[in-house]
Amino acid sequence: MNYNWNWKIFFEPNPMGTGTYLDMLLSGLALTIKTALLAWVIALAVGSIVGVLRTLPSRGAYWFGFCWVEFFRNMPLLVQLFLWFFVLPEMLPRAAGLWLKQLPNAPFWTAAIGVGLFMSARVAVQLQAGIGSLPRGQRMAATALGLTTVQGYRYVLLPMAFRIILPPLTSEFLNTIKNTAVAITIGLIELTGQARSMQEFSFQVFEAFTAATILYLLTNAIVVTAMRFLERYVAIPGYITGK
Amino acid sequence: MLGSFDFDVIRRSLPYLFYEGMTFTLTLTALAAFGGLVFGTAIALMRLSGYKLLGRIAGLYVDFMRSLPLVLVIFWFYFLVPYIGQWITGAPRPIKVGAFASSLITFIMFEAAYFSEIMRAGIQSISRGQPAAASALGLNYAQTMRYVVLPQAFRNMLPVLLTQTIVLFQDTSLVYVLSIPDFLGAASKVAQRDGRLVEMYLFAAVVYFTISCIASFGVRRLQSRIAIIR
Amino acid sequence: MIEISHVNKWYSPTFQVLTDCTTSVTKGEVVVVCGPSGSGKSTLIKCVNALEPFQSGEITVDGTKVHDPKTDLPKLRSRVGMVFQHFELFPHLKIIDNLCLAQTKVLGRPLDKAKTKGMQLLERVGLKEQAEKFPAQLSGGQQQRVAIARALAMDPIVMLFDEPTSALDPEMVSEVLDVMVDLAREGMTMMVVTHEMGFARKVANRVIFMDRGEIVEDAQKDDFFGKPRSDRAQKFLSKILSH
Repeated sequence: MNYNWNWKIFFEPNPMGTGTYLDMLLSGLALTIKTALLAWVIALAVGSIVGVLRTLPSRGAYWFGFCWVEFFRNMPLLVQLFLWFFVLPEMLPRAAGLWLKQLPNAPFWTAAIGVGLFMSARVAVQLQAGIGSLPRGQRMAATALGLTTVQGYRYVLLPMAFRIILPPLTSEFLNTIKNTAVAITIGLIELTGQARSMQEFSFQVFEAFTAATILYLLTNAIVVTAMRFLERYVAIPGYITGK
Repeated sequence: MLGSFDFDVIRRSLPYLFYEGMTFTLTLTALAAFGGLVFGTAIALMRLSGYKLLGRIAGLYVDFMRSLPLVLVIFWFYFLVPYIGQWITGAPRPIKVGAFASSLITFIMFEAAYFSEIMRAGIQSISRGQPAAASALGLNYAQTMRYVVLPQAFRNMLPVLLTQTIVLFQDTSLVYVLSIPDFLGAASKVAQRDGRLVEMYLFAAVVYFTISCIASFGVRRLQSRIAIIR
Repeated sequence: MIEISHVNKWYSPTFQVLTDCTTSVTKGEVVVVCGPSGSGKSTLIKCVNALEPFQSGEITVDGTKVHDPKTDLPKLRSRVGMVFQHFELFPHLKIIDNLCLAQTKVLGRPLDKAKTKGMQLLERVGLKEQAEKFPAQLSGGQQQRVAIARALAMDPIVMLFDEPTSALDPEMVSEVLDVMVDLAREGMTMMVVTHEMGFARKVANRVIFMDRGEIVEDAQKDDFFGKPRSDRAQKFLSKILSH
């Protein structure tokens, strides 16, 4: 391969005057994490509500949950981001649209909310499956003791359901981190975006992508380890979950 | 708002959107699914082979691919494939690789990791009693796999494989980052040229949504039919 | 205490699970409900605390109409104890917390009072030492005794048992039945779905025999075991007592 490797490039100053190329990548990583965390909070909150709706006896609630999931699951994430970023401001009343367009950090907010809503559909499906996997008698026992529906979910069903779906939720969180990279298309300069700009400025393609790759792998490893600890922390003595 | 909605720009660009864009998207999806299935089967068999080193390598590959954002992988292969081509053919310079070939290789390599995991889970979902019962009847390893394990495993994983293919269909839109005119890229080109972002992106959303919905409805029906057979 | 009159329930227009069921349980009475599987006995007992809805007829518990939409069902259920076939302890809560959950959340008892009460009841069913364990660490028989204690913690005016011993290994049946016999002798009003005819002979006042959704026989214990009037009950008894 006649490619001129130059690993020292990371310690050379970047043309933006924000320190070295390495600083540039690290700031990208920070933005990736910030976006992913906000998106994950949204995904968990919205996804939990929608997931619960899909398990209620009410027909209307079920249908709302069904439509929510289908809407966000059947469109590419990229198209969804375009809808929120380019289309939504035009569909709103003029003043509101203008305000949206002039919002500072618009790519960040769009990415966090867009990825968050996209992931909320997947969280909802996981939670629905988790609640569905509990024995029917658990809900009955809660009801028979006089707990209301809300109390039954709060104290009996959800604590078990979330424990059961913790492993799949871990991979959904990892997906959230990865999915923030799609926001490069609406101008969010996160980790992949910074690697791309480093490549454009320095022509050191493979160094840039290698570094980004390593940073993603590290992030993954940290998340997986943290979640293992969490799983152990909330594990119930004597209770064997699925696998 | 809707008053100024220009349906004509959609009508005018339909041939371009579908003959060029959708053809690219669907061809890429089909070939990548096929290639990913073949390569993914190989990886799954490596992981289940019982040879430690082989399994370890396959496992590393799968974990590696699944840790990276697809966008980054697309960039990787876009820049890497010309050099690999040069290395293979012994050409003096990095060879030129077309946009289609580059994205096809990317998606095959990427999806193989996901397909292999689905297949591994499908094979492992067969209870241990099944191969034991087959051996007890005198079937050898190959016969056990061929007549007992794989037919059941395939039935378990077919719906998941098809669902993953729908995800792949949606993911191909990410070749947008290479300015390739797939369906979304074509829509975006028209949108920029005519200044009709609202119309084109809404239309693209509707098309993707419709196709994915119909496809996943089909998968669900298939799933319930398979469930009844069992 | 419990008045059931002309209750009908359909799962679908063509599938009737309860047909014109009428009976009653007076204060301090122990009534055993038996019958072949699928006869509707579990469904009937679940109608008493409205775990299962019914389409026509009336059920009143201590003067409260179960079928009345204005009835505060959680409040009614909190006064009716129920024990399930599969115990339905809440796996994520320690034994003592299983006993305290509904006391604090439904009855609004302060936690320390709930704990004292819980410990008293655990002592009564012989499981005081297990208070800090989790359900999965107990045997089936122990879990069912905890479930009985959990129901008693609510100071119920009546106890419903839905096949409390049929999910147990044979050697654990008696430890649960012993607790139930003691309870009956203390004067608790009980409605018990069970196949344990020994229990019925020992403490039941009346026996109800159900088949295909109907109450076929409703007799004093001695009458029932002496000379059942219907063929179906005779056949059932001969099958169940022959081995």
